[in-house]
Amino acid sequence: MTAIDAAFRRLRASGEKGLVVYLTAGDPTAAASLRYLRAAADAGADIIEVGVPFSDPTADGPTIEVASRRALSSGMNVAGALELVRRFRGTHATPVVLFGYCNPFYRYGWPSLCEDAREAGVDGFLVVDLPFEESGEALPAIRKAGLDWIPLAAPTSGMARVRAVDRAGSGFLYLISVTGVTGVRKTFPPSVAAWTRKVAKATRLPVAVGFGISSPAMAAAATRHADAAVVGSACVKIVERNGRGPRGPAELSRFVRSLKKALR
Amino acid sequence: MPDPAGHFGPFGGRFVAETLMSALIELEKAYREAWRDRSFHRELDSLLKNYAGRPTPLYFAERLTEKAGGARIHIKREDLAHTGSHKINNTLGQGLLARRMGKRRIIAETGAGQHGVATATVCARMGIPCEIYMGEEDVRRQSHNVFRMRLLGARVNPVTSGSRTLKDAMNQALRDWVTNVRTTYYLIGSTAGPHPYPEMVRDFQSVIGREALPQFRKAEGKLPTAVVACVGGGSNAMGIFTSFLRYPRVRLYGVEAGGLGLSSGKHGATLSRGKVGVLHGSKSFLLQDANGQILEAHSISAGLDYPGVGPEHAWLKETGRAEYVSVTDAQALSGFSLLSRYEGIQPALESSHAVAFAYRLAKTMRPSGTVLVNLSGRGDKDMGILMELQEGGRDGD
Repeated sequence: MTAIDAAFRRLRASGEKGLVVYLTAGDPTAAASLRYLRAAADAGADIIEVGVPFSDPTADGPTIEVASRRALSSGMNVAGALELVRRFRGTHATPVVLFGYCNPFYRYGWPSLCEDAREAGVDGFLVVDLPFEESGEALPAIRKAGLDWIPLAAPTSGMARVRAVDRAGSGFLYLISVTGVTGVRKTFPPSVAAWTRKVAKATRLPVAVGFGISSPAMAAAATRHADAAVVGSACVKIVERNGRGPRGPAELSRFVRSLKKALR
Repeated sequence: MPDPAGHFGPFGGRFVAETLMSALIELEKAYREAWRDRSFHRELDSLLKNYAGRPTPLYFAERLTEKAGGARIHIKREDLAHTGSHKINNTLGQGLLARRMGKRRIIAETGAGQHGVATATVCARMGIPCEIYMGEEDVRRQSHNVFRMRLLGARVNPVTSGSRTLKDAMNQALRDWVTNVRTTYYLIGSTAGPHPYPEMVRDFQSVIGREALPQFRKAEGKLPTAVVACVGGGSNAMGIFTSFLRYPRVRLYGVEAGGLGLSSGKHGATLSRGKVGVLHGSKSFLLQDANGQILEAHSISAGLDYPGVGPEHAWLKETGRAEYVSVTDAQALSGFSLLSRYEGIQPALESSHAVAFAYRLAKTMRPSGTVLVNLSGRGDKDMGILMELQEGGRDGD
């Protein structure tokens, strides 16, 4: 059983919904981003997605795109993200998923990446532009290192694909709430609830709903039929506003607490 | 041919967000059905002939040949096609496909604006709303084409992120598509992007080679010694190469943007200097740093200013079937000048790269040798850049 499996087992046992927090590694610097990661974990995030910045994040909206640029200009890269996770592991046991685009991972080399990631304390990978059809190089390396490969399901996927990715992946299923790029939304279209319920019924993995969740109320609504909510851009906006400033981690902590409260 | 999942050897494939996967599968299915459908080809052929002005001529460049003093140079005149470049071949094909699929909106990315104009043209012809993404830098340097697109009724969205060129326009088009995927057709202009685009765009462009091969045979009584085309993403090059692939003695040359010189780091010579990676949905050669971040390309021609290249070109390079060379900004300007002064033909700056290399190559060859150049587009759109350069004291000579 991986750390991610254990986290979902514990959540189910306590009747809580999970909270997955996304933050971009190195945004705005490696040191500041470590403080934000710790703040999120201390405030109750059940799983943390650490985003590895990429120059061309085509699945991301402006918030994470600009965060990626801040992180890249601070010198962040795959090795830097692994080092960040290693330092986070020194103090926290919260499961970490490395989140990113194919090319930086491919450049690093999947076999050595997975070994180094396991050694640094990473628990899984989520690669936005790597559908399971193209996972032939990555997946064996991820499995060999005993890490989880988090699959994605989109509203356009169709149930046959959803079942296929559910079988191919492990850890949890990342359910993309609406077609589009990442970014905060005020509301969800009503179709999201039905779509989530349908996927949750048809899959074996825990389901985490992401894309657009920006408030405790939305997180609660999104998890009515799912196991967890993923909150990314709304957290990154706090980093954007505060940067390296001393009040940033505290503000993130308050926000994460409010999200987690709505999920209990 | 690629494998069923769109791989040319280790290159190509479908590296996209899950949201786009089913759209690509739907597109591939629709494309295969259309390609097998006689009525689709009847309509496309009629449009290519009566609307786009095909077949384009093959022209023997007598004075340029004399000036070079070597091989005989023939020019495939894609610059004479409707809208001013080869791009119309593909936009007509995909436009018909979009209509057949019942899509209500078409989006496209453009660098030099040639593909944008060709897309806007086809959308006007078919009555489909059209939005074009174009880097802000390209909007500035190709303002002539931006104006044309707007007159054709298209909305042009300047893209302000990154290097503000073709790569960033494609990022933004992908973001639009992932958001509006159910109603929108993404009309990619190059042999790049996820499967089936590289194969499909090649197929629609292969009309160039299908015409050029018999035209050349008729003119010279034999096959060319060499075929030369410029390569950004690679659509005009694949369009002419495809018919000659099965004749191993015909040498195929793809000409990349050498920018300020390969050692300057400011160029678009992806195949010459890039490393294998994944961008915009496929695996191919890329200009990237050691961390896998994409580098900005540089070229005087907006259409070659792209840090990636189509996966089939990567495979042709890897197998040695085609050779890839580069021509600098300054050399391309000489190519432009040569063809203007000696033949009265003003090529696009992209195509000027092919002209410059073909001229250099012809010089080294015997008079019994022949060179076929694909002149992918005309230079009207580049008058602004050329005027700026002259005012800046740099002549094209």
